[in-house]
Amino acid sequence: MFEIKTKELLGPKVWRMDIYAPLVAGKAMPGQFLIVRVDKDGERIPLTVCDYDRDRGLITIVFQTVGAETERMSRLAEGDCFADVVGPLGRPSDLVDLPVEELKAKKILFIAGGVGTAPCYNQLKWLHDNGVAVDCIQGARTKELLILEDEMKAVCENLYFATDDGSYGIHGNVCVALQKLWDDGVRYDHCVVIGPMIMMKFACQLTKKLGIPTVVSMNTIMVDGTGMCGACRLLVGGEVKFACVDGPEFDGWEVDFDQAMQRSRLYKTQEGELMLKLTEGDTHSGNCGVCK
Amino acid sequence: MKIDVFKKVPVAEQDPKVRATNFDEVNLGYTKEEAVLEASRCLNCKNARCMQGCPVSINIPGFISKLKDGDIEGAYHVISLSSSLPAVCGRVCPQETQCEAQCIRGVKGEAVSIGRLERFVADTAREMGIKPQLPADMVKKGKKVAVIGAGPSGLTCAGDLAKMGYDVTIFEALHKAGGVLVYGIPEFRLPKEKVVAKEVENVKALGVKIVTDAVIGRALTIDDLFDKEGFSAVFIGSGAGLPRFMNIPGEQSLGVFSANEYLTRSNLMGAFSPDSRTPIMRAKKAVIVGGGNVAMDAARTAKRLGAEVHVVYRRSEAEFPARVEEVHHAKEEGIIFDLLTNPVEIIADENGWVKGCTCIRMELGEPDATGRRSPVPVEGSEFTIECDAVIMSLGTSPNPLIKTTTSGLETNKRGGIIVDESEMTTREGVFAGGDAVTGAATVILAMGAGKSAAKGIDEYLSAQ
Repeated sequence: MFEIKTKELLGPKVWRMDIYAPLVAGKAMPGQFLIVRVDKDGERIPLTVCDYDRDRGLITIVFQTVGAETERMSRLAEGDCFADVVGPLGRPSDLVDLPVEELKAKKILFIAGGVGTAPCYNQLKWLHDNGVAVDCIQGARTKELLILEDEMKAVCENLYFATDDGSYGIHGNVCVALQKLWDDGVRYDHCVVIGPMIMMKFACQLTKKLGIPTVVSMNTIMVDGTGMCGACRLLVGGEVKFACVDGPEFDGWEVDFDQAMQRSRLYKTQEGELMLKLTEGDTHSGNCGVCK
Repeated sequence: MKIDVFKKVPVAEQDPKVRATNFDEVNLGYTKEEAVLEASRCLNCKNARCMQGCPVSINIPGFISKLKDGDIEGAYHVISLSSSLPAVCGRVCPQETQCEAQCIRGVKGEAVSIGRLERFVADTAREMGIKPQLPADMVKKGKKVAVIGAGPSGLTCAGDLAKMGYDVTIFEALHKAGGVLVYGIPEFRLPKEKVVAKEVENVKALGVKIVTDAVIGRALTIDDLFDKEGFSAVFIGSGAGLPRFMNIPGEQSLGVFSANEYLTRSNLMGAFSPDSRTPIMRAKKAVIVGGGNVAMDAARTAKRLGAEVHVVYRRSEAEFPARVEEVHHAKEEGIIFDLLTNPVEIIADENGWVKGCTCIRMELGEPDATGRRSPVPVEGSEFTIECDAVIMSLGTSPNPLIKTTTSGLETNKRGGIIVDESEMTTREGVFAGGDAVTGAATVILAMGAGKSAAKGIDEYLSAQ
């Protein structure tokens, strides 16, 4: 079974878990994702891979409790098991296919937003292990939400922080931080942005203006995650693509973020109802209509 | 009970009005008395044409004559020699174009109801606790075969290989075995716990191991199966792939689904039940685009989830790819058919939710390559159907996962894996069958391919 070996609270509602899943750990590469189910009635939840330990068969996930299923995940303890962990899914990052010399010649910037830091970490660690020096801007609303600080510092050449409220690092969002670096004369020729869709949208608008080719990782709605159901479709360069098999990484300049954000709201009402049921339990009757 | 020998003994069905609001099985199956009576209509032909119509060549007169004598166990073992999934086939096979189409009884009246009899035998055997048996003279071959995908072709191939003495492991990407039987075909046509899970148990009872949550092509490649895991042959039964869309304006709107997604949510994830943790849209008025069995399944599911349902199909009823029975059941349940109609645009409200589907009327022109008359739009005939959901059921293209991660595996221009007459692919020791080869087809054709591949694998491994 897929046992939780360690569980740690990284920030408000942000959890890290190491799970025993040798089939996934054996092959996972930076950029890929996996799907978990809490129990036999659970929904299939896609999550990006934060780290893997092939020898011990462990994979690391980081998630924020945003709905009923992630809330239920957060209630699992060390020693508990997930009913299912399946993966690795999706294509690995294009970066891992490039010759290391070519990577070293590039000036690469990562932009990590919120829990999007976790999948960035996986790629940054791989690049660091291969001797490629990479910078990163890590952004969050406030200092408390900046996760994995020590881990990130260990794998980044230069790590810049940006908080919306100015509680840590640069005062402003990741775009403010990138513009500031650019104005100071720092130049990049490749960028990877992973975080909330709204952040990726604006980061891509800026990198396009600055002329830095940019890759994003799309966390769309999914069901099977293996190229069967088509729930994860999005428009990239005007064409229908499927995040689970064509992605999850795409050319950020070509992604239709407005449509992707709209599609991600598809089940918000049902998710909200489930969350109320879970958190309010039997006291939630559903009759007042507020949750509808 | 007296019968008209020219007519099938009728089978009880749930009342259409009642069943359109629940997910219980529509067809209630024969009682023993009805089954024996229907069996008595079989002429036990020496040269049984029905068997030629069966993709897995079940000895049909053989099992029916056992049934006539009331020997259910005997009848079950006759079927088991040829089919690993009789309770499934008895329900979802298109018998009217296969075995029953060949039946001599059909010349002057109605064919023997072979499908209902098969179902009766399989269901009754299950209730009696009868399991399929390994042949008494089976000798263990000492060789391992890997099967990718626990759908109809994989389960059949695995079951047959186990009976021949091979050590078989099925790798299934989803969390449940059954493939399209669990994610695609709805509960009201094919009960999951009562029927599919039990058929899977029967395949396991033959010694077949099933590993779920194992995505071949990602977690393990086909090379790994040979080089690291010690398998001597591999069968690919990875099934259909990504759903097709129409590429019309508005198709990304909220409320537009592929039938695959809609059905997977309802069937695999159980979203039709209010207790499920997986959401599904309960539409008020749904437009289903397409005329195949999957379209009928999506339409009847949407109906049961409370929608007024319109099936929009660009040809006429005569061209429906769906089984007549499915269309008949759908009509009985109150599904509206808008034929010779094709969507041209999906209209969304200011929040991006579907509020209508603009269609154009079609007329039939000259026959196309498939022999069906191709539909031609009638200029200026556009009109809009108000609706809050549109479900696209236009077929699928094969899953690219295994092809892109396996060297030496050639595919045709539609993405289907190329196989020879023994079902071997262009890579030695790798066989394939089912939708991964043919594109979307039927359960029984996939089973036929699985069976033929098992024979091909046995010949290949025996020659080594």
